[in-house]
Amino acid sequence: MSDVSVIVRSKRQVTALGFIKKPARLVTYFILIIGSLLMIMPLVWLLRSSLMDNAQIFIFPPQWIPDPFQWSNYPEALTTVPFGTYFLNTMTIEVFVLAGVLVTSVITAYSLARLRWAGRNVVFAGVLGSMMLPSAVTIIPLFILWRELNALDSLLPLIVPAWFGGGAYIGQGAFQIFLLRQFFMSIPKELDEAAYMDGGTPLTVLWRVVIPLSTPALIVVGIFTFIDVWNNFLEPVLYLNSEENFTLALGLATFKGLYNAQWGYLMAASMAMVAPIILLFFIGQRYFIEGITLTGIKG
Amino acid sequence: MERKWGILLALPAMIGLVMFTVVPVIASFFFSITDWRIGNEMTVIGFDNYKTILTNDPTFTKSLYVTTYYSLFSVPICLAIAFMIAFLLNQKVRGLSVFRTIFYLPTIVPSIASTMLWLWLFNPDFGLLNSILESLGLPESRWIYDEATAIPSIVLMSTWSVGNTVIIFLAGLQAVPAHLYEAVEVDGGSAWRKFYHITIPSMTPTIFFNLVMMIIGSFQAFNQAYVMTQGGPNNSTLFYVYYLFRTAFTETKIGYASALAWILFVIVMTLTFIIFQTSKKWVHYEGSNK
Repeated sequence: MSDVSVIVRSKRQVTALGFIKKPARLVTYFILIIGSLLMIMPLVWLLRSSLMDNAQIFIFPPQWIPDPFQWSNYPEALTTVPFGTYFLNTMTIEVFVLAGVLVTSVITAYSLARLRWAGRNVVFAGVLGSMMLPSAVTIIPLFILWRELNALDSLLPLIVPAWFGGGAYIGQGAFQIFLLRQFFMSIPKELDEAAYMDGGTPLTVLWRVVIPLSTPALIVVGIFTFIDVWNNFLEPVLYLNSEENFTLALGLATFKGLYNAQWGYLMAASMAMVAPIILLFFIGQRYFIEGITLTGIKG
Repeated sequence: MERKWGILLALPAMIGLVMFTVVPVIASFFFSITDWRIGNEMTVIGFDNYKTILTNDPTFTKSLYVTTYYSLFSVPICLAIAFMIAFLLNQKVRGLSVFRTIFYLPTIVPSIASTMLWLWLFNPDFGLLNSILESLGLPESRWIYDEATAIPSIVLMSTWSVGNTVIIFLAGLQAVPAHLYEAVEVDGGSAWRKFYHITIPSMTPTIFFNLVMMIIGSFQAFNQAYVMTQGGPNNSTLFYVYYLFRTAFTETKIGYASALAWILFVIVMTLTFIIFQTSKKWVHYEGSNK
């Protein structure tokens, strides 16, 4: 196909895609705006509740704007239980898991995508299989394993698997390896040849060619891993018992048990856990969209 | 050289695969044929756990029913809503990125925080949902605190975080070849014909992918029960994984819970297999059917 016809086609594509006609267009906007309001409303409710004292929260009909703004909910909610400790634990896990995931998923994906060796298809099949395996099957033996290793109630069960391609939680590492493998396969092989000609090893190729060309994919993996660690709940529930080892997610769930009807505090604590993720989302928005698309469509 | 490096670089993941997947799967099966409880002696009892579960465990039957009900209810609804949002977003709307952000935002809310938030939204006395119902002059609901409405309430909550599915659908819609639409246009086809004859068939692989992922996900619902309802009221939200978790870690019946896990495994595998089989009839891959 010549260049001209490509341009013509892409121009046509623009007209062809939006095939809904004008009156329907208004309906489209109407539904989208109503839908957006419904989606955003719970978050606004979360924010407004987090800034109200009990007297304001239990008014009927409910008010949307706190009066006065109960800013003290935040310091009070976040100091009544040691959220600082929870935060430090979560960040410790974040650092070690992020490092582990980035190192092992990159080298594994590189090996599976670009190096030829007998058995790599078996390993790849295993990776895919572990993605489909319900975590319910492995969670009991894993608990027993960490119990035998005397590692219960420590951060180890939450960190170590990440260094062995296990990702942030059971089954999640496979997803990262899969994503990176797809990405690495799209890098032209000729670039490798050049590096080998200069006497490089596969490691040089990985370091000089593959990694520099994969920054967006690595950022995607990094962001998703960060969020998965932040949100992970099942495994902290399973492995951690004493408060000094709690993560934020676990701490928040425990906090709920302690302050059952203190909705202002509960919402302030929840908001404090949501806010960093939303911030991260706005900073890395395009990587989110790319990441989901990359794994979803090619999957 | 490639071989040496290939194995070396994949080594950590291979060890991980063996240690954290293969061995646990085997161990899990072994536990399932024992009567092991933490702290007790372990005796191999063959398939007794399976027999008990399948013939004489009303809680198992209930949790399987609850989970199936939830899956049948939430998957089609979430799929349809996500598809509709993606379809509308694909109509060259202005402010696409703003809309896309808004529809995706709930998805990144940590699930523990969103269950906390929805617990508050569902509050029968001062929650947002009942005040909306009341302002519309509709009867109030007990939401998750009533046996009949508990699962529908959790389904409603799950429709809030369909962002991933929306984005995957949107990408799929954007990849539908324009010349197919043009062909219908040339024939004077209506918007509906384009939707029915082009959009839907072209999207079947994406629908298929989302369907499989959602079903697998729905069978593993856990947090909602653990944080919001503890399986109640009257076991109406006793999700399968929550029942399994309770059996294994509260009652410490490791053997019995492992058998529960294997039954779940078989169910999920069978479902996936069935969907894959039927998919040959309704999923059109580009190139194979043109």
